[in-house]
Amino acid sequence: MSASDSRPVVLRGGRIIDPSQRIDERADLLIANGVIEGSGANVSAPDDAVVVDCADMVVSPGFIDVHCHLREPGRSDVETIASGARAAAAGGFTAVCAMPNTDPVIDNPAAVGYVHRQGLAAHAARVYPIGAISVGQKGEALAEFGEMVSAGAIAVSDDGKPVVSAQLMRSALEYAQTFGIPVIDHCEEPTLAAGGAMNEGIVSARLGLRGIPSEAEEIMAIRDILLARRTRGHVHLAHMSTRGSVELIRWGKERGINVTAEVCPHHLSLTEEAVEGYDTNAKMNPPLRTADDVEALREAVRDGTIDLVATDHAPHHYDEKEREFANAPNGIVGLETALAVVVTNLVVSGILDLPTLIERMACAPARLFHLGGGTLRRGAPADVTVFDPARRWVVRPEEFLSKGRNTPYRGMTLTGRAICTIVGGEIVYQLAGA
Amino acid sequence: MSAAAPIGKDLLGLEPLTGDQIRLILDTAEPFKEISERAIKKVPALRGSTVVNLFFENSTRTRISFEFAEKRLSADTVNVAAGGSSVAKGETLVDTARNLEAMRIDMVVIRHGASGAAQFLAERIDSNVINAGDGTHEHPTQGLLDLLTLRDNFGDIAGRKVTLVGDILHSRVARSNIWGLQKLGAEVAVCGPRSLLPNAIDEMGVTVFPHIEDAIEWSDALNVLRLQLERMTAGYIPSLREYNRVFGVTRERLDAAQRDVLIMHPGPMNRGVEIDSDVADGPHSVILNQVTNGVAVRMAVLYLLAGGRPELAEAAKGGAA
Repeated sequence: MSASDSRPVVLRGGRIIDPSQRIDERADLLIANGVIEGSGANVSAPDDAVVVDCADMVVSPGFIDVHCHLREPGRSDVETIASGARAAAAGGFTAVCAMPNTDPVIDNPAAVGYVHRQGLAAHAARVYPIGAISVGQKGEALAEFGEMVSAGAIAVSDDGKPVVSAQLMRSALEYAQTFGIPVIDHCEEPTLAAGGAMNEGIVSARLGLRGIPSEAEEIMAIRDILLARRTRGHVHLAHMSTRGSVELIRWGKERGINVTAEVCPHHLSLTEEAVEGYDTNAKMNPPLRTADDVEALREAVRDGTIDLVATDHAPHHYDEKEREFANAPNGIVGLETALAVVVTNLVVSGILDLPTLIERMACAPARLFHLGGGTLRRGAPADVTVFDPARRWVVRPEEFLSKGRNTPYRGMTLTGRAICTIVGGEIVYQLAGA
Repeated sequence: MSAAAPIGKDLLGLEPLTGDQIRLILDTAEPFKEISERAIKKVPALRGSTVVNLFFENSTRTRISFEFAEKRLSADTVNVAAGGSSVAKGETLVDTARNLEAMRIDMVVIRHGASGAAQFLAERIDSNVINAGDGTHEHPTQGLLDLLTLRDNFGDIAGRKVTLVGDILHSRVARSNIWGLQKLGAEVAVCGPRSLLPNAIDEMGVTVFPHIEDAIEWSDALNVLRLQLERMTAGYIPSLREYNRVFGVTRERLDAAQRDVLIMHPGPMNRGVEIDSDVADGPHSVILNQVTNGVAVRMAVLYLLAGGRPELAEAAKGGAA
């Protein structure tokens, strides 16, 4: 993104909401030389400026997704870093963090560098690599955090798998402090979750599918919180899905433990009922839980117990999902529906106001993961999302920029859509006809 | 044959059926019982129909029972066992389904290790699909033959008390029994070690008896489920010996009860584990009646799915030409 030669941009007449500066006002935003130049009423546009009419739109710091699977290297048939970065931009994300559970695993500086370079070449959303915690994600030896950070890694995770060894998790939380990066854990007690295909409850009992109890997540969540207390390291808990996890995180935060957490849009909007009929697009890990869990997670996003929303974007080839439920892979695509799912389920219903949504989707990810962006402060890199919080649209997976089509939201009418996504001062996405 | 079958296109489970639909199948089975008692056990009701028995899991009893039912209705049948088919070469279920469809078959009877496999198939092919057991989900024809056997003995199932004994968690027979019995107005209980009951059993509308003695005392009939031997190695129960001691249906326990209790078992039995031999072979056992009824019930299901009109079942079986 050679910001210096891009044209200036004027975002005209939008509602600028920037929680990092406590700004919520109708004004113009001027972008030049890749940075935020300033805002105000009737900013005069430079002669060569691109002017975007933002009436009725929200102008926000760019959204950042700290959790997505871009499948490259290894499964470029399912997603590439480039297609994923374009899908991210179309969803209003100016940056995404790519999980390292690819083939091969991103567990060394050369692999991290590869992801970083592919991200730059995509000219879409920024792509920040996440390195593995353990070599090969085998849960045995620590990967070279320092070398990976030097090559561009911004966090470490064995996501897709839990860190089973408490001792290894402890070491990771201690060792990561040298580099100031969070350690992200996929909380799943493997013996309780073994063979599970959905939430354990009445629906799994009726469908005859092996259940994954809430405790499989909660046991690991409290283990990690206690290890963060012991080590004073920063543990970030991925894709929290249960009321119990929320209560444990709240317990940890009340005691000043350095724990942060994310929730996925699907866990804020769908329940285990979506599995009825053995719909493999409702199969993910952690599984969709109960209405009571959804209620607790929504409240946790509102009150900040859950710090941020992340997609866990997980594309699969269509015929991989066209299987018996127990044998189908976990995960759904999320980059292009995340904003709308959150707006539809939390903003329209009055649980979340727009400044809080932006805090959870843009500011908190930047702040907690020590990334650029997350602010419209003068002089900051111009990563900006323009979205229409009232726009209704029908989810048509065939129109996704992601290669993945696996979504449980197919055919649903959702509210809220990214209109224009700006990265480093360049417009990388603009909704056709908007 | 009319287009709209009164029980729908497929038989995937008893949970989706109404009480009236279940009663219709049982009523339709009644006249078919007699065919198996004839010297020439064949009627032309399904002449010209092609049925594939697609068994991804081993089965002796269910497969043979279906095959007899099909042949006694004069259908053309093909048996496919997963071990010797393209499935063993890695073909997916959806490809298997498309290939069968391309051969213009009329019905598929499927047994598969994955819950939902029958529905998966039914949603992708136009042929009628009969679930012969999918994972730990349902085994509807077993449920129906159990209901028919109960009806033979009690006249009316409504108000009767039936307990399913054993491994409810992994049992497709248990689920089909629970839904079928409830829809016909029976009171249903389960009895077994808590480690072999679904965690959400309390939400399934059944009574839970922790002790077999209490279950026997309460019940008009016991349906004793097979204990899969691998439950022991998987850590659900410590030993077969202890299982028999705590949950076994024994002569002594039945004698201690105040009334006669009908004994059922879907087979194959582990004698001396979940059921003692003198119970299985005793005067209140209807285990072999279940097997006989299995053929009649499956004939009824095949007949109804093929579009046969229930009121003509009597005529259909009489119409041997």
